[in-house]
Amino acid sequence: MRQIAIYGKGGIGKSTTTQNTVAGLSEAGYKCMIVGCDPKADATRLILHKKAQATVMDMARERGTVEDLEIEEVLLTGYRGIKCAESGGPEPGVGCAGRGVITAINFLEENGAYGEDLDFVFYDVLGDVVCGGFAMPIREGKAKEIYIVTSGEMMAMYAANNISRGILKYAQSGGVRLGGLICNSRKTDKEYELISELAKKLGTQMIHFVPRDNQVQRAELRRMTVIEYSGDHPQADEYRSLAKKMAENKNLVIPTPMSMDELEKLLMDFGILENEEAAV
Amino acid sequence: MSTAIKETQKMIEEVLDAYPEKAKKDRAKHLAANDPSGQCSACQVKSNIKSRPGVMTVRGCAYAGAKGVVWGPVKDQITISHGPVGCGQYSWWSRRNYYNGQTGIDTFGTMHITTDFQEKDIVYGGDKNLDAALHELKGLFPLAKSMGILSECPVGLIGDDIEAVSKKAEKEFGMPIVPVRCEGFRGVSQSLGHHIANDTIRDHILGKGRLEKETPYDVALIGDYNIGGDAWASRKMLEELGLRVIAQWTGDASINEMGIAHRAKVNLVHCYRSMNYICRHMEEQYGIPWTEFNFFGPTKIYQSLRKIASYFDDSIKENAEKMIEKYKPAMDAVIEEFKPGLEGKRVMLYVGGLRPRHTIGAYEDLGMEVVASGYEFGHSDDYKRTYPEMKEGAVIMDDATLYELEEFTRRLSPDMVGSGIKEKYSYHKLGVPFRQMHSWDYSGPYHGFDGFPVFVRDMDMTVNSPTWGLIRRKR
Repeated sequence: MRQIAIYGKGGIGKSTTTQNTVAGLSEAGYKCMIVGCDPKADATRLILHKKAQATVMDMARERGTVEDLEIEEVLLTGYRGIKCAESGGPEPGVGCAGRGVITAINFLEENGAYGEDLDFVFYDVLGDVVCGGFAMPIREGKAKEIYIVTSGEMMAMYAANNISRGILKYAQSGGVRLGGLICNSRKTDKEYELISELAKKLGTQMIHFVPRDNQVQRAELRRMTVIEYSGDHPQADEYRSLAKKMAENKNLVIPTPMSMDELEKLLMDFGILENEEAAV
Repeated sequence: MSTAIKETQKMIEEVLDAYPEKAKKDRAKHLAANDPSGQCSACQVKSNIKSRPGVMTVRGCAYAGAKGVVWGPVKDQITISHGPVGCGQYSWWSRRNYYNGQTGIDTFGTMHITTDFQEKDIVYGGDKNLDAALHELKGLFPLAKSMGILSECPVGLIGDDIEAVSKKAEKEFGMPIVPVRCEGFRGVSQSLGHHIANDTIRDHILGKGRLEKETPYDVALIGDYNIGGDAWASRKMLEELGLRVIAQWTGDASINEMGIAHRAKVNLVHCYRSMNYICRHMEEQYGIPWTEFNFFGPTKIYQSLRKIASYFDDSIKENAEKMIEKYKPAMDAVIEEFKPGLEGKRVMLYVGGLRPRHTIGAYEDLGMEVVASGYEFGHSDDYKRTYPEMKEGAVIMDDATLYELEEFTRRLSPDMVGSGIKEKYSYHKLGVPFRQMHSWDYSGPYHGFDGFPVFVRDMDMTVNSPTWGLIRRKR
């Protein structure tokens, strides 16, 4: 069983990319599970074809304690037998969502969600690494591989670099490694080259360049992955290709995050960020 | 430097030798030979800094200081331990703060009230739980005059907005709801909890009570927690002196008393450490003078009565002399009866608040000598007040470790040790006569003329009990 965590800037398309990739892996015969680690609980919508599933924490709140839950209530099965669970958690501004992630993952582990028949477990983790709870999926004995979803936009690259720093910390104490950057294209200038270069600087690879295509949105509106909604569409092949590359990926590294100056220089070299003299 | 100081310094160094270099250097600053003159700079101990990890400290936390000491005894307030159940359970009336009233009707001192956090309260926030608790309590106990929300650690970690919940309930109920941010991880000991609690009294209660009329003899008794009835013994004396005690903080205190202390003519402070902050505030804000006093043992009592009387007219001063004259024979008789069994006995103290210095006089009245004394959470102003009370070369300890306490006991061979519940059983195992001096080992009062005979009886039965001889002493 390979456990994989997907990180990236908020709104970059982590959940969409994860679900489409997992659909691709399932199609290829792999048994997969997705664990959503975000209080918004939207990491499994395209697999389960419904808005949001019963989350571990919401059910625990309803019942009183997490011990009162049965695994079947929160571990659902969707497209092609993909197992889905969501940690759930509070609305923004109250409580501790990080603790919710810890509680939920512990519950899933203790109650046998990680069956031996699984080939892949994907953790879809909210935004940046904000506290210990959101690093839970990459702690000892859990995900050993991380993929960062990014784009050619500056803030997405900043986030990718920051996340690499978090991985570096856990890579030194545990066994977690960076598997690559997934470029979810926003059609910015020289995006392919820029992310390839960023990946090189971080000591990793751009594992796949997912082009922008409205078919993704069309499928999403119908609460489906592209592979399920329109398996013949070229965009479905992009996700199949990403799934295949991930399944075969052996290039797992300890990242070499850049300083802010280095990152800005990279953006300047590609003409994304004007240097001060040119700006004047 | 005198030989007494040098000898003690040598002993301290020997005790410290067991530590690794860094620990030794650190702990050396907290242990000293006493110099009553305050001339010897090496004799000043460092205090109020973080305990050293790896050695046993008996310090408490900010919650302990705010809930256990200051707010807990206020009788007609419902004091809520906000967070998981443990903190409330383990601080459940452990200090025996006596009070008058019908528990569960108009007073709540011995009740354990907690919001009992579960995992879901951490993840989703405890504010809804707290709001529900406040409403339930309001329904169950309509005669409560206030509610205090004493934060435990998790509340601070998840950033719950207890102030907003309090404000809303305060408006709804028309009574003070006091949010106290005393999360245990704040500060280095319970001392910060006292300060935080003082600040919340200032911000939420002080100045809001009703006092029908003032008299020239109004005083507030501050920093007496009525442990085993201490404050009652003290109050009785102040009344006999001709004063009117308008507020008693916080032993047997009502919320109204907490709100009118600023109208006293003088604030009389027994426990300086836990209540000096609010006294300084009343001095600055309302111009109320404050003075420290000591009601342990006749010598200090006589001095204190005269000191207190000096703030008032001649009638009070005369009363002080009359009282001393009236009670002296009884005090002398107690001393005469027990001194033969106690004279020359050596005492080691390691306590909190005021006792490491305030009880010294009471022991000396019995011919006993305090050979070592220390504070769990004292500050430098506490130590400054302690040096002159002790003999030259006595051991002064700050935030002592279990090893140090045992080692000093071995080397000084005191006839009695007075300390807390955490030290008690290790001393029982050592076979050393021990008295729990935080809450008087289920006894009391020890304050005032009523308390001294009880104190003497207890010390006598501690030191002279044949039981100790039956314990196989640890070598």
